[in-house]
Amino acid sequence: MSVLVYTETEDGKFKKAAFEVASYAKEVAGGDEVVAVSFNATDTSELGNYGVSKVLNIQNDKLSKFNAEAYADALTQAVKKEGSKIVVVSQSANSRYLAPLLAVHLNAGYASNVMAAPESTDPFTVKRSAFTNKAFNFTKITTDVKIVGLSQNAFGLKENQGDATVEDFSPELKEGDFTVNVESVDKAKDKVTIADAEVVVSGGRGLKGPENWGMIEEMADILGAATACSKPVSDMGWRPHSEHVGQTGKPVASNLYIAVGISGAIQHLAGINAAKTKVVINNDPEAPFFKAADYGVVGDAFEIVPKLNEKLKEFKAKNA
Amino acid sequence: MKILVCISHVPDTTSKINFTDGDSKFDTNGVNFVINPNDEFGLTRAMWFKEKQGASVDVVNVGGAETEPTLRKALAIGADNAIRVDTPATDGFQVAKQLAKVAKDGGYDLVIAGRESIDYNGGMVPGMLAAILDANFVNNCISLEIDGDKAKAIREIDGGKETLTASLPLVIGGQKGLVEESDLKIPNMRGIMQARKKPLNVVAAEEVSVQTEAVKFEKPAPKGDVKLIDPENLDELIDLLHNEAKAI
Repeated sequence: MSVLVYTETEDGKFKKAAFEVASYAKEVAGGDEVVAVSFNATDTSELGNYGVSKVLNIQNDKLSKFNAEAYADALTQAVKKEGSKIVVVSQSANSRYLAPLLAVHLNAGYASNVMAAPESTDPFTVKRSAFTNKAFNFTKITTDVKIVGLSQNAFGLKENQGDATVEDFSPELKEGDFTVNVESVDKAKDKVTIADAEVVVSGGRGLKGPENWGMIEEMADILGAATACSKPVSDMGWRPHSEHVGQTGKPVASNLYIAVGISGAIQHLAGINAAKTKVVINNDPEAPFFKAADYGVVGDAFEIVPKLNEKLKEFKAKNA
Repeated sequence: MKILVCISHVPDTTSKINFTDGDSKFDTNGVNFVINPNDEFGLTRAMWFKEKQGASVDVVNVGGAETEPTLRKALAIGADNAIRVDTPATDGFQVAKQLAKVAKDGGYDLVIAGRESIDYNGGMVPGMLAAILDANFVNNCISLEIDGDKAKAIREIDGGKETLTASLPLVIGGQKGLVEESDLKIPNMRGIMQARKKPLNVVAAEEVSVQTEAVKFEKPAPKGDVKLIDPENLDELIDLLHNEAKAI
């Protein structure tokens, strides 16, 4: 029995999430084989360092842009060819798009937002976040083939040095795979996304206006972080909707979340519960965020953040 | 154009989450239920199509009689008909199968569902529904225009946006952005009165075997007290983040 992973690439290079799902699959597989499916990767050799023993290497120009239906079709064929019983995908926007399609094609139960290695493999039970991180839910998957959607940063990277054999794989694609057409992709280059970020720096209403975001962006630059915001800030149009963190916005599962001028409404706190370390900077010592944070600084953000940025720069220079 | 909007009945976003029966069931005690926020964006977009392009809008929910006030609210917002599939929602696949039957029987051109419900966060129903119907599907949809049988959609991707085109029938996993939050409709008195007279059809569920079971729930461990750092001593914060939290 093999465990199959969808290893995502961007511009031909594997994303960190690809190595994380491989690390997870290696643990789940025990001594069994981990098979990775890669789409148009320029070099698949890195996968062997995370426990992958075999790579199904797809090189196909028709798949140069992500297409949920076509990718799900290709993965379905790979799972059937390998006889895999467990499929692991990340929880990127693209994986969340294709996983339900894959589940129906394979008649497989799908558990999303999985936080850890299975609690039990028989019955197959995983811990997943629910109620936007306000609780965990232990879910049993009862089908023969099972799909696990692994939350980013939940399991981490585990090196398992080895050599992966590479096999060219040419799935048979149908016309019906391309009935949803990608016309254009508009993506900020060189900007860390909230989904991929190790560190997220977020601002709230306490920053008083969009013109004051320079210091937040500066901190994000220093830390290689993504920028985010609270709901009122995106509602007022100070920052784009895509940066809104919370129950109706994006969930954050970074290692570090720094909240500046955010008081901590219950919907916002739910969105950041999965972040490992939380820092809050706020001038109101009664702000609810202080109850949820690991570290707090009570004071004026306009004085503290520039000072903190200088100190972070010094720290980074010393620890480079 | 016939539109079906899938409505999930969920605890409101301020709800405290608790469990009963040995942490095996969600405790509904004192919880106020609302239309799932992601579905509400979709419902409002559907109302726009109704007003500007003459579409008809039905709403559907899979659940017991307790979900009817949520469907009535959708009717008060302006939906024409409501359908309740009379069975508890147990897992994403079971819900998608029930919705697929309603969608197929009704011959809808466009099915709008929220990208996920804010209770179980499965994020699987819209995609499974599309796959069962063999219809085109766009997830994380933040803009949707329909011209004849052609749809142009924008979806949010990690770090950006993607523009897609597809023919109807189409299933959408919608979210914030599909309409502005300020455009969300609040039922007025006239709408509430009219909603009482609108049809709410209860249909029997199909036999569907589930693929997943929620066995038990757990709440995150209580947090320790926050460590407050003197604003004059930010070196301490950096030291703690580096040496204690190993976060930088």
